[in-house]
Amino acid sequence: MIELRNLVKRYGSHLAVDHLNLTIEEGKIYGFLGPNGAGKSTTMNMMTGYLSPTEGEIIINGHDILEEPEEAKKCIGYLPEQPPVYMDMTVTEYLNFCAGLKNVPKDKRGAQIESVIHMTRLDGVEGRLIHNLSKGYRQRVGLAQAILGFPPIIILDEPTVGLDPKQIIEIRDLIRQLSDKHLVILSSHILSEVQEICDQIIIISHGKLIANDSADHLEAHLRGSAVLRLVLQADAEDTEDLLNLVSDITIQQLTENDDDTTTALVEMEPGTDPRADIFFAFARAKKPILEMTIQTASLEEVFLELTEGDSAAPAVPEADTAAPEPEETSEEGGTD
Amino acid sequence: MKAIYKRELSSYFNNMIAPVCIAFLLAVVGLYFMVYNLYNGYPSFANALSASLFIFLVVIPILTMRSMAEDRRSRTDQLLLTAPITVTKMVLGKFFALLTVYAIPCVLFCFCPVIIKLASGSSGQVSWATDYATLLAFFLLGALYLSIGLLISSTTESQILSAVGTFAALFILYMWSSIVNFLPTNAIGNLAATIFLLALACLLLDSLTASPRITAGVGIVGLAAIVITYVVDSSLYESLLVNVLGQFSVSEVISSFASDELFDVAGLLLYVSLTALCLFLTVQVIQRRRWN
Repeated sequence: MIELRNLVKRYGSHLAVDHLNLTIEEGKIYGFLGPNGAGKSTTMNMMTGYLSPTEGEIIINGHDILEEPEEAKKCIGYLPEQPPVYMDMTVTEYLNFCAGLKNVPKDKRGAQIESVIHMTRLDGVEGRLIHNLSKGYRQRVGLAQAILGFPPIIILDEPTVGLDPKQIIEIRDLIRQLSDKHLVILSSHILSEVQEICDQIIIISHGKLIANDSADHLEAHLRGSAVLRLVLQADAEDTEDLLNLVSDITIQQLTENDDDTTTALVEMEPGTDPRADIFFAFARAKKPILEMTIQTASLEEVFLELTEGDSAAPAVPEADTAAPEPEETSEEGGTD
Repeated sequence: MKAIYKRELSSYFNNMIAPVCIAFLLAVVGLYFMVYNLYNGYPSFANALSASLFIFLVVIPILTMRSMAEDRRSRTDQLLLTAPITVTKMVLGKFFALLTVYAIPCVLFCFCPVIIKLASGSSGQVSWATDYATLLAFFLLGALYLSIGLLISSTTESQILSAVGTFAALFILYMWSSIVNFLPTNAIGNLAATIFLLALACLLLDSLTASPRITAGVGIVGLAAIVITYVVDSSLYESLLVNVLGQFSVSEVISSFASDELFDVAGLLLYVSLTALCLFLTVQVIQRRRWN
C-alpha cells in the first residue's frame, strides 16, 4: 500500500506537484493519466525515492521513504521513463547486477533471472550487449529489472512507449499477469491504454489530482448528459414540433441537410430513455427516422474535459481521493 | 556495494579505460625508473616515483570522468538511487573500483626495488624502507586524487567537464607550494583573504544545508572572531595564509618521503582524511540534488 500525504514538489518557483493526497491499495492496477508535464513522472520519482518531496510524506507499506529508505525501496520495483540500462553489459550481466543491487539471495538469482527473462520474452537475446538491442528490447530489459526480486509494488513509467503494437499487447498481458500478485502502478498519456489495462484511473493535471475513480465510473459520470443524434426525413420546423411532443428531452441543435433531411441533436434527461416515444411520435406523423444513435461520452472526452478545465474544481465525485484526515494533513503541510 | 564495485570494475576493463591508464602509468614511471635507476645507477626508486607525480594530472581525470557523470547522463542513476542501498555504499563501491584499478600498477611497482637490487648485484645498496614507504605515500596520494575526481564527476553530467575540472583541481594541487608563495604576508592582506575564505566556506555550507539561518550564523560568528582577533593582535595574521595553506601541500609529502627519507605520518593522515572528506562531499552532492 502506498500513501501520499500532502505531497508537494517545487522546482525553484515552478510547482510540479501540488498538495497531492492519495492512497493506493493492493489488488488493482492503477493508471496515472495526465497530459505531458502534468507531474506523473515527478510523482513516481518521489514514490521510488529518486527525488525528495519539498513537503509531505510518502509511506510505502508502512515505511516512510525518507526515514527508512532501504526498507521502503525494497518493496518497489521501478521502471523509469528511460530504461536505466548499462549499454556496455549483456542482458544477463545486467540482470545479475540488478539482482545483486536488490539483495536477491545468491542461490535464488539464477532461477529468478531465468523466469524474469522468460516473462519479458527476452529469451534469445540474453547474451547480447544491451547497446546492440532495439528500443523495444531495452524497454523489456528495463521491465525485467523492475520485476526482478518480485517486489510487492511495481511502478512503471510509460512502459509501452516506443514499442510496436505486438509488443504493446505482450507487455499489457504481462502487466495483467503481474497484477495477480503485485500492486502495479503505471503512467501514460495515452488514454486507450490506461482504459484497457487499469482498474483504477488517477488523472493528474498541473500537479493536482483531478480524478481518482474506476474507468467505468469515470465514463458514467458524463453519461448523465448523453446526447441522441437523429437523422429524420422532415424539415426542421416539423421536426421541432414533433420533438416538442416528447417529454424528457431538450433540443440542442437542428440542421437541415441538402437532401431534405434534418439532423437533430437532443439531450436526454439522465435516467430516462425517450427513444420509443420519439419513434412513435414520428411514426404517427409518417416522418421516417433514418438514423438514431446515442452518443455517450468516451473516456477521452472525460479526460479532455477534466484536464482542459485547467485547475478548475474537481468535476468528478472524489470518493477515494480525500485523505483519511484531510484537516490534519493540511495543518501538517502548513507547519512544515 | 559489492554489486556496484564489481560492475564498475568490469566496466573499466570493458571500456579499455583501465588497461590504457594502467599502461600509461607503467610506461611513464617505468621510463623514470629506467633513466634514474637502471641507466644512471641511482639506487633509489623513491626518487623515480616522486619525479613522475605529474602523471596523475593525465591519468586521474581520465579514470574518474565517467564514474558519476555517465550515470547521470544515461539515467542509470535512477536505478542506483531507487535500489535498496545507501548513497554512501554506492559512492564507496565506485571509489573502491577506481582504487582497485589504480592499485594494479602500484603492486607492479613493488617489484622495482627488487629489480634494482638484482641489477646492481651483491655490492648494490637498496633503501627498502624508503622505497616502499614512498610507494605507500604514492598510493595514498593517488587515492586522494581519485576521490577529488569522483567529487567533481558527481557535480556534472558531462564527462568532458568532469575531466577538465579534475585536471584544473589537480594542477592547482600540483603547483600548490609555488602558488602559496605568492600569497600576501602582511597582516591586512591576510585578513582580507581570511574573510574571503570564510565567504567561500559559507557558500559551500549554504549549498550543502540549504539553510540560510545556519549559513548566516556561521558567517556572523566567523566574521566576529576574525575581526576581534585582528583587533587584539594583528601580528597573528602575518603570513597566516602561507603557514596554514602550506600545510595542505599534498605533493610536498611525497618529497619528504623520497628525498628526506622521513616517514611523514602527519602527511599520510592528511591524505587519508582529505580522501574521506571528498567522499563525504560526494555523498552530500548526490543527496542534495534530490532536493532540488
